[in-house]
Amino acid sequence: MEDERSFSDICGGRLALQRRYYSPSCREFCLSCPRLSLRSLTAVTCTVWLAAYGLFTLCENSMILSAAIFITLLGLLGYLHFVKIDQETLLIIDSLGIQMTSSYASGKESTTFIEMGKVKDIVINEAIYMQKVIYYLCILLKDPVEPHRISQVSAKPRLDCLIEVYRSCQEILAHQKATSTSP
Amino acid sequence: MVLKAFFPTCCVSVDSGLLVGRWVPEHSSAVVLAVLHFPFIPIQVKQLLAQVRQASQVGVAVLGTWCHCRQEPEESLGRFLEGLGAVFPHEPWLQLRRERGGTFWSCAVTHRQAPAAPRAPGEDQVMLIFYDQRQVLLSQLHPPTVLPDRQAGATPASTGGLAAVFDTVARSELLFRSDRFDEGPVRLSHWQSEGVEASILAELARRASGPVCLLLASLLSLVSAVGACRVFRLWPLSFLGSKLSTCEQLRHRLEHLTLIFSTRKAENSAQLMRKANTVASVLLDVALGLTLLSWLHGRSRIGHLADALVPVADVSGLGTASCRLYCLKIHGLSSLWRLFRGKKWNVLRQRVDSCSYDLDQLFIGTLLFTILLFLLPTTALYYLVFTLLRLLVVAVQGLIHLLVDLINSLPLYSLGLRLCRPYRLAAGVKFRVLQHEAGRPLRLLMQINPLPYSRVMHTYRLPSCGCHPKDSWGALCRKLFFGELIYPWRQRGDKQD
Repeated sequence: MEDERSFSDICGGRLALQRRYYSPSCREFCLSCPRLSLRSLTAVTCTVWLAAYGLFTLCENSMILSAAIFITLLGLLGYLHFVKIDQETLLIIDSLGIQMTSSYASGKESTTFIEMGKVKDIVINEAIYMQKVIYYLCILLKDPVEPHRISQVSAKPRLDCLIEVYRSCQEILAHQKATSTSP
Repeated sequence: MVLKAFFPTCCVSVDSGLLVGRWVPEHSSAVVLAVLHFPFIPIQVKQLLAQVRQASQVGVAVLGTWCHCRQEPEESLGRFLEGLGAVFPHEPWLQLRRERGGTFWSCAVTHRQAPAAPRAPGEDQVMLIFYDQRQVLLSQLHPPTVLPDRQAGATPASTGGLAAVFDTVARSELLFRSDRFDEGPVRLSHWQSEGVEASILAELARRASGPVCLLLASLLSLVSAVGACRVFRLWPLSFLGSKLSTCEQLRHRLEHLTLIFSTRKAENSAQLMRKANTVASVLLDVALGLTLLSWLHGRSRIGHLADALVPVADVSGLGTASCRLYCLKIHGLSSLWRLFRGKKWNVLRQRVDSCSYDLDQLFIGTLLFTILLFLLPTTALYYLVFTLLRLLVVAVQGLIHLLVDLINSLPLYSLGLRLCRPYRLAAGVKFRVLQHEAGRPLRLLMQINPLPYSRVMHTYRLPSCGCHPKDSWGALCRKLFFGELIYPWRQRGDKQD
């Protein structure tokens, strides 16, 4: 069973939350971030090239122009591969664990899997960052060294989206606790 | 809890048979290691399983039946399969079924005894997790979980279910030794059933390594005995030995070579990786050395380099002289300034005390103070120029030290392994949900999540000389201002100047 709803993030951009219910014990939440906008890309490229052209008129060295092109290309590739997150997925499987996947714009995927035995609880935590108050989903672990893990780090959804995900996760956790206590 | 059945991907399309594997009750998971085909004699199967259990300390047993047939099984086959449950008693008994050419599976779990407590509805669901047997066998989880209990079937409940799966597959090598070309009593299907993996080169290397290691270990012990004799302790050889970085590097490499050719086998995988990384490091060193020598040899580059380095020696000499002069001047100035104010430095108490001077002492003191003060700009300028040049030289020296340190401690073998065989170094696992149909059991694919490069470097880096600068930035600035000579890149263990 699959359904998709549209929410907004803290900056006002549009986020799409896709929920898939595979079975009563397995659910997947997929949050798609807003794409790279052509406007910001053009603006950055124009700024860099104008600055390079200004330097070129001062120094009369054409290496500056080639260096500017090189830097723009490398910067864009690096940004797409290491910074720009396309989609974040949370897969929760009863009695196995919780898996968080971030897929970047260049196609790279980085996955973290936490076993159910290590998970204490899932909570919504609020943090004050400069002048903003941000809500995020936090997975509490039983590990004394690193007691919590943060999910949905890049797409910063608003509270309504987080509450949806939180309710579904708590259903599964409650079900898992009930079945694990019985022999 | 939902029952998790770990099924190898190599057995997905084999003929019907019995499921052989291990049951982990704490995590309610059944790890299927192989499929045993019909026809078989139950006594021989039980003998084989007892043999494997004793050799590998893993509680291998018959877990259930696997049916891969054209359509729904007929009555007789169904009863035959159920009858097998009586021959090989196992609790719970797993029955997996798949149609030829079909995507979806059906699973059933039967319990022979009445359950102790009433089960919740949906308790007997089965979740199928497919895993690549070869990759799971060869991979190693980081951080390594130590499983102390090696009795058959006993696992501490605190370890994760996945670590237990990896451990089970890794320890059941004996089960995977036979392939379909062997004329054994039973016919098994597993990852090596199409032919056991082996390499002629690896076997030859293994046979040859014993005597070669013995020979080289004795040679190396001879060399280190010569090196430890009394001649090298006397001055000037010991002075040369501590100052020249070649000797340091030689000593370092001698330690490495002793490690590589030691006749003791590596106990665990961390030691094996350490040995392999050391071999790679030594080979890299030799390769770099030969390249450098051949580069220097061509077109008299050594001559050019020597010419370039001669001014550096001049700078160093003049720099030291001007440094001493400046240092003396600063001390003189500070002492005469104290005289000007009527104070004195008390060496015994290490503090400034007041003192009454005679008139002529005050007169001479003020005169000398004025002379030194007006000569200060000249000396300070000389000192500044030569110290900047010397700092440049020291910075280049430091960079070279850092580079040598980096090359010495780079774990090349581990990095190469992470690049070419990423499943060998596993940070964890990742799951993918396969095509799902309502009413059918959930199917997942388990893949290895490789270790990131930063963690590979951190875990497997070789111990290096560790020449970090001793002084912090503040202490360095203070020394520069007062004209003390600085040697920021001393090796650890050197005597203080």
